[in-house]
Amino acid sequence: MEFFVISLLNGVSYGLLLFMLSSGLTLIFSMMGVLNFAHAAFYMLGAYLAYTLGLKIGFFPALFMAPLLVGLLGAFIERYGLRRVHRFGHVAELLFTFGLAYIIEELVKVIWGLAAVPYRLPEILEGPLFTLYSTSFPRLRGFMMLVALLMLFGVYLLLKRTRIGLVIQASLTHPHMAEALGHNVPRVFMLVFGGGTALAALAGVIGGVAFITEPSMAASVGPIVFVVAVVGGMGSLAGAFIASLLIGIMQTFAIAVDASLGSMLGAIGIAVGPDTPLYSLWKLQLSQIAPVLPYLLLVLMLIFRPKGLLGTRAD
Amino acid sequence: MRAPKLFGAVLCAAAAAFAAFTATAAETVKIAFIDPLSGLMAPVGQNQLHSWQYIADLANQKNWSGGPKFQIVGFDNKLSPQESLNVLQQAIDQGIRYIVQGNGSSVALALSDAVAKHNARNPGKEVLYLNYAAVDPDLTNSKCNFWHFRIDANSDMKMEALTSFLAEDPRVKSVYLLNQNYSFGQAVARAAKEYLARKRPDVKIVGEDLHPLAQVKDFAPYVSKIKASGADTVITGNWGSDLALLIKAAKDAGLTANFYTYYGATTGVPTAMGSAGEDKVYYVGYWNINNEKFVGSDVAMGYQKKFNDDYYTMATYTGIAFLAKAFKETGSTDPMKVAKALEGMKVDSLNGVVEMRKTDHQALQPLTIAKWVKVDGKTVKYEQEKTGYGWKTVASLPTYLATQPTSCQMQRPQ
Repeated sequence: MEFFVISLLNGVSYGLLLFMLSSGLTLIFSMMGVLNFAHAAFYMLGAYLAYTLGLKIGFFPALFMAPLLVGLLGAFIERYGLRRVHRFGHVAELLFTFGLAYIIEELVKVIWGLAAVPYRLPEILEGPLFTLYSTSFPRLRGFMMLVALLMLFGVYLLLKRTRIGLVIQASLTHPHMAEALGHNVPRVFMLVFGGGTALAALAGVIGGVAFITEPSMAASVGPIVFVVAVVGGMGSLAGAFIASLLIGIMQTFAIAVDASLGSMLGAIGIAVGPDTPLYSLWKLQLSQIAPVLPYLLLVLMLIFRPKGLLGTRAD
Repeated sequence: MRAPKLFGAVLCAAAAAFAAFTATAAETVKIAFIDPLSGLMAPVGQNQLHSWQYIADLANQKNWSGGPKFQIVGFDNKLSPQESLNVLQQAIDQGIRYIVQGNGSSVALALSDAVAKHNARNPGKEVLYLNYAAVDPDLTNSKCNFWHFRIDANSDMKMEALTSFLAEDPRVKSVYLLNQNYSFGQAVARAAKEYLARKRPDVKIVGEDLHPLAQVKDFAPYVSKIKASGADTVITGNWGSDLALLIKAAKDAGLTANFYTYYGATTGVPTAMGSAGEDKVYYVGYWNINNEKFVGSDVAMGYQKKFNDDYYTMATYTGIAFLAKAFKETGSTDPMKVAKALEGMKVDSLNGVVEMRKTDHQALQPLTIAKWVKVDGKTVKYEQEKTGYGWKTVASLPTYLATQPTSCQMQRPQ
């Protein structure tokens, strides 16, 4: 029981971090139709900026400042880069963000060096939050969950309950009508892109301090972000939320379970021994293939339900 | 009286000119350092590159080799066997004839093979490979090769030492094995099971896991699994961020098991452990700065002053000492002559006498086991990573204890 609850908590907190990471991507895609390949690079930039700012102004001010700065940068890039590229179609946009990811990564290497930076936790987030049976649950993970939930709530309120949200939604579905009514649609897009990158940076601040802040951190989360977006349904925030939790919990429990394909076959009456063909495949432990599972899910999802869990796009 | 004076002056000038000539002619031997200098494992690679450079400078100042100077050139292999082969070619193209590498036995196996092939195809342009930390036993057994010399103790030797120590601790009842999923991690897991079964058949292996190398960021699921297994001892060969993040996760979850590691003293791990690892984390290795007489502390302090970092890869000292002695004995820096001279050679290193066994090119040396404790100024004088904690030597094991037989059938060049 203890093991189950702790694993569930670990899975949920990891899933929530994934959600923070992918919500910005989903937001940008649903609003602008831009698949932002540089999303993970903004995540990394958030971590590094928060580290540098944190040395001067402390962790919590940096938690706000870093996403703000990255958001401004994102808005700037949209205004002077992406908007120009936009008229050449989606492929040009895709290539633009692809190149952008490389530029940001190299810049980070030039500015902060190749090695990891010593990004430390503030005292208040050190130590256990509560102890369940005999396992303690770290405060940082609690904080991670809190920030993710606040973020989900905040974005939801902004989109569904405010005037700005109304304009954003109108610009998405009826851009010409919104423009005719006097709204500056390009500026709305700029805000959305800036907001999406700021969310990535916020995830970076938390992810950087929870794990390791180093130049390959963008590359290591890049693929999984797309898995979340595809599985959840391109452009669906709620779908991304469900997909992140699903993937987080699935990966955690896959590590926890000591079972192999062979033992599963054994359970249904097919004996597997060293003489069976492909034995090296059957004896693989589930925990060993845990890192591959999300990608397996991605492939299966694309085959059987291409629009994702809660996606609305039919194409 | 003029002639002798003039003669003397000419002689002096000639001597001076000759001295200047030999000084400029003193050969510089370039050594390519092929290890990760970017990515998750970069902090470890950087520290080791500095270690090689520091010892090379030391050897140059004290003229260990009786002439030739050492120069270390760093190459980033991104911890990838494929990239290492590209980098090896670059080094060879630059005329470098000596390479050192240590991080990742997967890389070491690829390099050892590539060096052997290169040497067979390019007689007279041989390259010598000093392996200072890749400890997969295969490298000096089934896959041994004349051009590969290992100056670290291999993983079986370390496991022999570790299990001898564990066997005497009656509190050890159930063991969990957590390792990286590649040749080295698998070798650690296999040796642990084999040796424990021989020395302490009553100890139970309550769990075993292999995870991908340098990719896992969240170790919390592994830690809860260890906890659920009820293990009192964890044996792990993890290194770099894989160990630092594991210990960090264990600390966060309040896991109380003891950790027996190979690489507890490597960059990043001490900071991750801090007070949480006190009396709980051990490592087995070839040297600890807090040894009985603090041998090597002057080297480590000099390193600390220069790089503001800790010196722990003592194999760099052994390696340069081996090469310097071989240069001196053969009067040559030709890798072929040096390789032949290295066979069976003994040098004095910071942990005592180290012998390069002729049959398989595996260095034989005393080993040590140390525990993470508070610095007390007496037996534990030196802290690591400014944590206020350091390593206390709990066992010193003589060379013979960890020595293993080898299955190597060495092919020697004519």
